[in-house]
Parts: sequence; structure tokens; C-alpha cells
Amino acid sequence: MLEIKQLVKSYGDGQPVLKGLNFATEGKALTAVIGSSGAGKSTMLRCINRLVTADSGEILFDGTDLLKLRGKALQNARRQIGMIFQAYNLVDRLTVMENVLSGRLGYVPFLQGALRRFSQDDIDHAYQLLQRVGLSQYVNQRCDELSGGERQRVGVARALMQDPRILLADEPTASLDPKTSERIMELIARLTEELHLPVLINLHNVAQAKHYAARIVGLKDGVIVFDGKPRDLTDDVLEQIYTGHEELEEQLHPHDEAVQEAAP
Amino acid sequence: MTRPADGSSVGTHYAWKRPHFIENPFVRFGLLTLAIGYLLYAMSSLEVDLQRIARGIPRAIQIFSGAIPPNFAARGSLIVSGFIESIQITLLATAAGVLLSIPFGFAAARNISILPFYGLGRAIIIVARSLHPVVLGVLFVKAVGFGAFAGVLTLVIYTLGFVGKLLAEAVEEIKYGQIEALKSAGAGYFTVLAYAVVPQIMPRLIGLTMYQLDINLRASAVIGLVGAGGIGNTLNSAFGRYDYGTASAILLVMIGIILVVETISGKLRRFTK
Amino acid sequence: MSVLTSGPLRNVTDDHFAWHRHSLKERVIRFLSFLTVGVVLVWTLGTIDVFWPWVWTAPEEIHDMFSRMMPPNYRTIPEIVPVLIETINIATIGTIFAVVISLPVAYLGARNVSPNVITLAVARVIIVASRSINTLIWALLFVAILGPGPLAGVLAIAFRSVGFMGKLVGESIEEIDWGPIEALQSSGSARGHIITYAVVPQIIPSFWAVAILRWDINIRESTVLGMVGAGGIGMLFQVAIDLFRWNTVSMVLVSIIVVVLFGEVVTAIVRRKLI
Repeated sequence: MLEIKQLVKSYGDGQPVLKGLNFATEGKALTAVIGSSGAGKSTMLRCINRLVTADSGEILFDGTDLLKLRGKALQNARRQIGMIFQAYNLVDRLTVMENVLSGRLGYVPFLQGALRRFSQDDIDHAYQLLQRVGLSQYVNQRCDELSGGERQRVGVARALMQDPRILLADEPTASLDPKTSERIMELIARLTEELHLPVLINLHNVAQAKHYAARIVGLKDGVIVFDGKPRDLTDDVLEQIYTGHEELEEQLHPHDEAVQEAAP
Repeated sequence: MTRPADGSSVGTHYAWKRPHFIENPFVRFGLLTLAIGYLLYAMSSLEVDLQRIARGIPRAIQIFSGAIPPNFAARGSLIVSGFIESIQITLLATAAGVLLSIPFGFAAARNISILPFYGLGRAIIIVARSLHPVVLGVLFVKAVGFGAFAGVLTLVIYTLGFVGKLLAEAVEEIKYGQIEALKSAGAGYFTVLAYAVVPQIMPRLIGLTMYQLDINLRASAVIGLVGAGGIGNTLNSAFGRYDYGTASAILLVMIGIILVVETISGKLRRFTK
Repeated sequence: MSVLTSGPLRNVTDDHFAWHRHSLKERVIRFLSFLTVGVVLVWTLGTIDVFWPWVWTAPEEIHDMFSRMMPPNYRTIPEIVPVLIETINIATIGTIFAVVISLPVAYLGARNVSPNVITLAVARVIIVASRSINTLIWALLFVAILGPGPLAGVLAIAFRSVGFMGKLVGESIEEIDWGPIEALQSSGSARGHIITYAVVPQIIPSFWAVAILRWDINIRESTVLGMVGAGGIGMLFQVAIDLFRWNTVSMVLVSIIVVVLFGEVVTAIVRRKLI
């Protein structure tokens, strides 16, 4: 479904962050992307839905090169790709319901969206999603009154509201405490399995990656250095992926009690 | 949770409307009706005479054709002297006004003042703030005659109103602990002011002064219209003579000077932070 | 071993320390700034075109004028009230017009959301021109075009306020959190939706604050528009001054203060409710 070919991206005049990246989704599984900070995980994900425009290469979504799209065509492609953000990226002053419904805006004409006149279908779907993520009691609550975990659940519901064909998640749990982090990962994993939705998640927590992902991709210095099953991700391989000693130690032997407790 | 492919809807239906800003429908519609009623009444009182507006269009064209190109040459020296006078008025008035605002500002701050002074200080500042500089200009011109002196007096009072109020607010916001500490060590009233209050408000005061320079410069242009000196005088006479070329020249220079002063005062403010 | 030494706390034969409140660099800067300010003021005093004998008689003259104004002439109140209401109307309608125009101008003048360089430049020019020309001067212009009356006043208020609000609202647009915008972009929303859902909700509090602040300022501005013929109480004021009716003048001043205070009260109430 999604195929990335020779993707190159550099910021400013510095070193290129992505150096000829190649990747392709396989089936409808949950794929975790791991790597140290600066390896290019976030850039890769953001290149897919064009939040960042790559310098060269191809990003084929069902055969169409996303890098060549503009205007309405790009919008139509984007609405089929859902995204969950580390900082949730909700509109804090709007209610939970409005934020969830905003996932639908790619399909709705301007006036309807502005007046909040969504179809009965959309409203029903929104309510069901809210039930499923456990936020039914917060329908008309302002998002800035919610906790971090609750906000990310709104983010999940919003992304699923798009009826996407693929889901991207950019370190969705990095801002959450370990316990909530596990709950959110659990939610994402279960929901996407039910919906048969392929997922590409950036994770900084390798233990989580191993537990939830069917396939793990390791990024280092802008290229993929590992692509395989979780059980093939040995400590040696990890050493190669994570350059800094501290980060490596942290991944191999998490010292935080809470992290260990919450680990699956 | 997934939608059926054929577009049919299955399951329970929910109703949702965006919650209103004012929940109570009576209050909401009441306020809305009042607002619309007021607007309609106010607009109708505007005396919009379409005929007059129609006659205004050729006049507007006449004005704009006279205004373009701007004529710097004809009354050039008058323009320059007018602006210099405005700048002089601004500088003197800001200096004197800020100095005057200090005692008044302190008097009008509840936490360091006693009641009679507080009342008097507040009252004077309120009066100074409420009267437009043009109003003050007219009064001072009548009292002390045309020219820059009336302009300086006007802007001194204008500054007193603005800087005085903001200064009083700044004083009311300071950490009281510092005052307490000095009082408990036996320092007298003015010593406390000098050591505890002044250092806390000094940066704010400098910022306010720079801001007020900018505001006074704009005001000085206007008070000239009523004879209180500065470029406003020149502008008024230009309009009166239908000399729109000179008028637009003056306006362009005004925009330029204000921009320059704003940039400078912005940089200075950031420098003193 | 204790770090504290024993002995008297103060020993006159000890070394002396020098203490300065400001470092040398600071003192130099302070000295130079004081010097500059002093020189500028002295030059200004020396060159300003003022007839100094009149300066010394000023306190007397002011006192004289003041005593003539007392007491305010209450019988002019029926004449003043309708004009006062007109003053408020001019300020209110002018502000509303300006609000409507300034929103798109603010959007186009905000670097982070403006569609292209041209719209940014045009919006910025509009804002600068509007801000740099005083309300009263705009009023002069509109009276020259449309003739005297409150319409000229409303337009003058509106044209001045567009720049004020455009700049402040534009600045608050430039400071918004970009995250929600990215989220809506990535889900395929058109620009219109992004503005309504991600930009507008973030700037609403500051928008109301700016609008109500400008209305407050505009009430003050409206009190003098009548002096160039653009409606409001300014005309009454000018006439009373020209006819030397000092008691009426003071009554007008009192009523101006009342109207401005009314504006402040309403502003305070609205601020509490909306922000």
C-alpha cells in the first residue's frame, strides 16, 4: 500500500537527515519505527503525509506518488492517512466532540464545517468512537480540561474519524507517564487490529515496540539498518541502532521502576 | 464502529449540537435582540444621505488627484519647522510629564498611599485620562495663548493620565514582602520607597517612557490642529487652503517619522529589558 | 573543622572593600544616557518657539480660566445628552465596522498564515497607513469628502481602528500553536476549515480584548470629532469655547468624563465575562 523509494531530506544547509530511505508496508500489521533522536524517524513519518516535503525520492500510496500532488488532490490523499501526534495537537479551546469531528473536515464543505453541521452518520460515528476510547462522558468538555492520556485518546478518535486507510503515529506516548503510555499503546494496537488498519508508529521505547509490533524497523543516520520481527531484535542489533551510550543503556536496562512495572 | 460499505446507517442514532456560549435561550435571544435593535437605531441616526455621498465622490477624486504627487517643495521649510516643533514639544512634555507622574502615580497606588492622597491622586489621573489631548489643547490655548507652550502643557497632562495610571498599577503589583522587610528594619517612608519600590518599578517606568514618547509624538501632530503648535498647524492650514499636495506630503512624513520612532523605541525597550 | 571563625563580627582594622551598585560598564552607560537626555532637553528648551513672559503668567491665567468655569451649568444637560449618545454611537458603529474589516487584514498581515508575500505586504501597508494617521485627521479627510455629520466620524473611527486591531490581532495570530494546524493539514482539510477550527479558537480571547480596548479608546476619540464637523459632542464644546460660555464648557467636560468612565465600566464588565 505504501512504498517509499530513495527518500532524501535535509534541513537548511546541514547534513541530510534522510539519506535515500527505502521502505514498504507489508499487509495490515503494526510496524514500529525505532532509532535514536535525530535518526530521522519523525522526518520520515512527516514526509509521508507531506507535513514535510522531501527533497527527492518517491512516496507511493497505492501507486500514486504523493510528492507530486498539490491542492485538492493532496487533500484527498491526506484524508486517507490518519496521524496521531506526540503533543496531541488538539484545539484546546474546542470541545472533545468538535475535535473528534474535525477529523472529518477533509470530507465536509466549508460552511457545514464552520457551522458545525455534520451529518447524522458522522455524529453517530463520533459517538461510537468516543465510547470505544472511553471518553463518552466528556463529549462537550473543553480539551484543555482533560489529562494527557485523555487528550491522546481524543487524538486517536480524531484520526480514526477520517476512516483512514493507514495510520501514522509520531511518538504518541512520549509525553505520557509510563502507565498511561501502556494504556494508549494498548488502545492503538487493539483498535487498529479490529479495523484491520496498517499502522506505522515511531517509538522511543523499544520494550513497547517489541511487545506491540509485528514488524520493527530500525533507523540510523537516515537509513534503515534493521527490518524484521521483534524476536530478531537482539541487544547486538540494538547497539548498532542506538549510537549514544546512555540511550542504549536506557533501552537495554530501563532503570525507572515505574517503567519496569508497567512493562508488559 | 466501522461504517457499512453501502452507506446505510446501523445502530443507535445520537443527537449533537454545539453547546452555545450563553446557555439560557431567553437571555441569549434577549441580548441578541437588544444588540440588533441598538445597531439598527444607531445606524439610522447616522444621516446617510446617498445624494451627499454621490456628490462626495467627485470631491474625493479632486482631493486625491491633488494629493498625488505629494508636494514637498512648496511649503518645505514650513513642514520641516512644523515637525521639529512637534518633536520639541514631545521631548519636553514627555520628560516633564513622566517626572510629574511619579509622585501622582505613587499617590494613586493603594498599597503605599494614604486615603486622602489616594483619592486625590486617582481623581486627577482619571480626569487627565478622560480628556482627549485635543480638548486639553483647546483649553490651554485659550489660557496661555497659541503655540508650543500650550502644546507642552497639554501633553504633560496627557502623559500624567497615562503614565500615572500605569505606574500606579505597577506599584500596586509589587511584592509587598520587600516593603515589609525594610519597614521592620526601621526605615522611614521615603527610604522604603527608594530601596523597595523604585528598583522594582524602574524598568517598567523606562519602558513606559519610551512608549509614551511614541504616543506623544502622534498626539503632538494632532493638537496642532487646534493651535497648540507643531505640524498640526501646518496641516490644518494646508487643508484650509485646499492644498492637498502639501497635506499628503505632511502625512507621508508623519507616517515615516512614526515608523522610525517606533522601531527605535522598540529596540531600546528590548535593550533595557 | 568549622568554617566559621570566632571573634568579633566587626573589626575596624580589617581590609576595606569597595562596593558599587553598578558595574563600571553599567555606570558608563548610565552616565552617557543621562548626559544625552540632558543635552537633548537643554537644546529643546533653548530652541523651542515659546514666548517666555507668557510662561510665567501661565499659572495665573489657568487659575482664572478655572474659576470662570465653576460651577458647571447644569441647565445645559438636556442639550448635551442626545449629543453624548451620538458620540457613543459613533464610537460603537465605527468600532464594529473596523472589526469586520480588520479580521481579514490581520490574517493577511500575519507572517505565518498569509498566503503569499503580496498579501502580506498589502496588509502591512494598510495597517501602517491606518495606524499612523490620527482619527482626527481621518475625520478632516472624510468631512472634506462627505461633508459634515456623524457619517464622517464613523468612517474616521473605523479607518483608524483597522490598523490598531489589525496589528494586535495579527501579532496574536503569529503566536498561535502550530500543532493543531498541522493536525488538520494532515487530515486533508482545506484552508477554510483550518482557519475556522485551528486559528480562530486560539485567538478569540485576545481578539475580544483588543476589540473592547479599541472601543474604549474610540469613545475618547469620538468626543473631539465634532470639532472638525464629524459629529458628537466636540461641536458643542467648540461652540461653548468660542462664545466664552465657560460654565457650559465645564459642564461639557464633566459629561465627557462621565461618558469615558461609562466606557471604562462597560469594558471592565465585558473583560470579566469574556476573558
